[in-house]
Amino acid sequence: MAVSGGRRINWGRRIAIAIPYFWLLAFFLAPFLIVLKISFSEPALAIPPYIPTWDSWEAIAGHFSNLNFDNYAFLFSDPLYLNSYLNSVRIAGISTLIALLIGYPVAYGIARSSPNWRATLLMMVILPFWTSFLIRVYAWIGILKTGGVLNTFLLWTGIIPEPLIIHFTPTAVYIGIVYSYLPFMILPLYASLEKLDLSLLEAAADLGARPFTAFRRVTLPLSLPGVAAGCFLVFIPAVGEFVIPELLGGSSTQMIGRTLWSEFFQNRDWPIASAVAVLLLLVLVIPIMIFQRIARRGVTG
Amino acid sequence: MHKGPGLFLKVSMILGFAFLYAPIIILIVYSFNESKLVTVWGGFSTKWYVSLWQNQGLMDAAKISAGVAVTASTLATVLGVLAGFILARVPRFFGRTLFSGMVLAPLVMPDVIIGLSLLLSFIAISLDRGFITLVIAHATFSMCYVAVVVQARLAGFDTSVEEAAQDLGARPLTVFFRITLPLIAPAVAAGWLLSFTLSLDDLVIASFVTGPGSTTLPMKIFSSVRLGVTPEINAIATILIGLVATGTVIYSLMLKRAVALRIRAEQAMKG
Repeated sequence: MAVSGGRRINWGRRIAIAIPYFWLLAFFLAPFLIVLKISFSEPALAIPPYIPTWDSWEAIAGHFSNLNFDNYAFLFSDPLYLNSYLNSVRIAGISTLIALLIGYPVAYGIARSSPNWRATLLMMVILPFWTSFLIRVYAWIGILKTGGVLNTFLLWTGIIPEPLIIHFTPTAVYIGIVYSYLPFMILPLYASLEKLDLSLLEAAADLGARPFTAFRRVTLPLSLPGVAAGCFLVFIPAVGEFVIPELLGGSSTQMIGRTLWSEFFQNRDWPIASAVAVLLLLVLVIPIMIFQRIARRGVTG
Repeated sequence: MHKGPGLFLKVSMILGFAFLYAPIIILIVYSFNESKLVTVWGGFSTKWYVSLWQNQGLMDAAKISAGVAVTASTLATVLGVLAGFILARVPRFFGRTLFSGMVLAPLVMPDVIIGLSLLLSFIAISLDRGFITLVIAHATFSMCYVAVVVQARLAGFDTSVEEAAQDLGARPLTVFFRITLPLIAPAVAAGWLLSFTLSLDDLVIASFVTGPGSTTLPMKIFSSVRLGVTPEINAIATILIGLVATGTVIYSLMLKRAVALRIRAEQAMKG
């Protein structure tokens, strides 16, 4: 059959493959190469505000020996950039850990609920994800600011004598990231916990294991793929986050996404912005590759 | 036997969901606040919805966003269904690893990188920035979500029905439209809706790739949020949340009906 219809199948198939393939090559991969190229150019006060390094493909070979590394040298010479990279990784890492600590019991609870409840609860996890990200971050401003809902409530109950200053502090950024990305943590955790065979826990109990020991020795190891997937899904986008540090962190938290944004929109220094993007990608490339490996295994297996 | 969640898990779930929903509920409540001060309750009022209606800038931005979202999500659905189909049904072709990498990477790629790189390439090919660049940008990252959803759906079906149709002489295109597409219809619908909301929600990428005269709703909201919390923004946020909630409920009802129909059909076949 494959032989008789082979020719037609192949052509249809080729076109079907070619369309999305070339779309992604043109609008996903090629743009990175352009960023890479511009990160090696000199800034200029023109539109576009940079002097191209490579005018043609023939010139590439000639220029390769004297690529302009000034932008990268500049990034490493100014502690502002290094600090915002380190800050981003630290904030994203701590937020991921908090999201895991909150998300794990929720995911486990959903997985242990009755099948009728499970669908509803899962829907409730997904629903906020469908709601505007910007609006969910915005909602926290009204809660956290000095005269906000949280402070008004705490002052009214008398728990605190004077308002807490949370808005425009790193704490607000942690809250914002954990809140925004919690569904990304819960869903893969749930997927791996749902598959857990409860008879294993019964066996552990029969053999005399206490609930916590059974959890530590049975549940936790079996859910590790979900833990890893959830952590990467939170960590990677959080490192490059712009909206949350901008709206909740104020000037107190310089994260790399904001640095890139201000280099581009305020300083209009496109080559530096491109170099910041290239380095950000380098920071993320290993986590992204591990994530893809996990995702692919999840899809095929 | 089934053992439900213990007390610790139940309490964790309640606190977790409270954390997820409290900010949204507070936002909705305060959008009906008479007082301009966000934290002082001045009685129930719908006046911010009225003033929203008269805010020309916000309304124009909403129209642009709706146009971009409909166009981009339709394009993303076509591209994403193709990509998801290929990933699920074509086990080997040249550059498959690269292809699946390009489909998965945008899901986690920071927005600032996607936005910057797309803008620089639009400039490199001197494409005028505005509606078209917004559509291309949104279709590109949305198609990856559609692809993943479609691929997951297709992975759940074996190829036997498709093969049977082919053995009966159906052409590949006929098989795709008569067998495969109906099978994955719920995933296609979900992918379109997901693309639509992603497009409607995007601030960062749109800020990079847009041109003069094409300010999207999130950009407009962002610039007024920077100046502080306003009841008007609460009102538009509530409308957007209402739209999403309605869409989700309709979708899940449709899904339930489809499942019910299938079960009835199966029972009819047995009987």
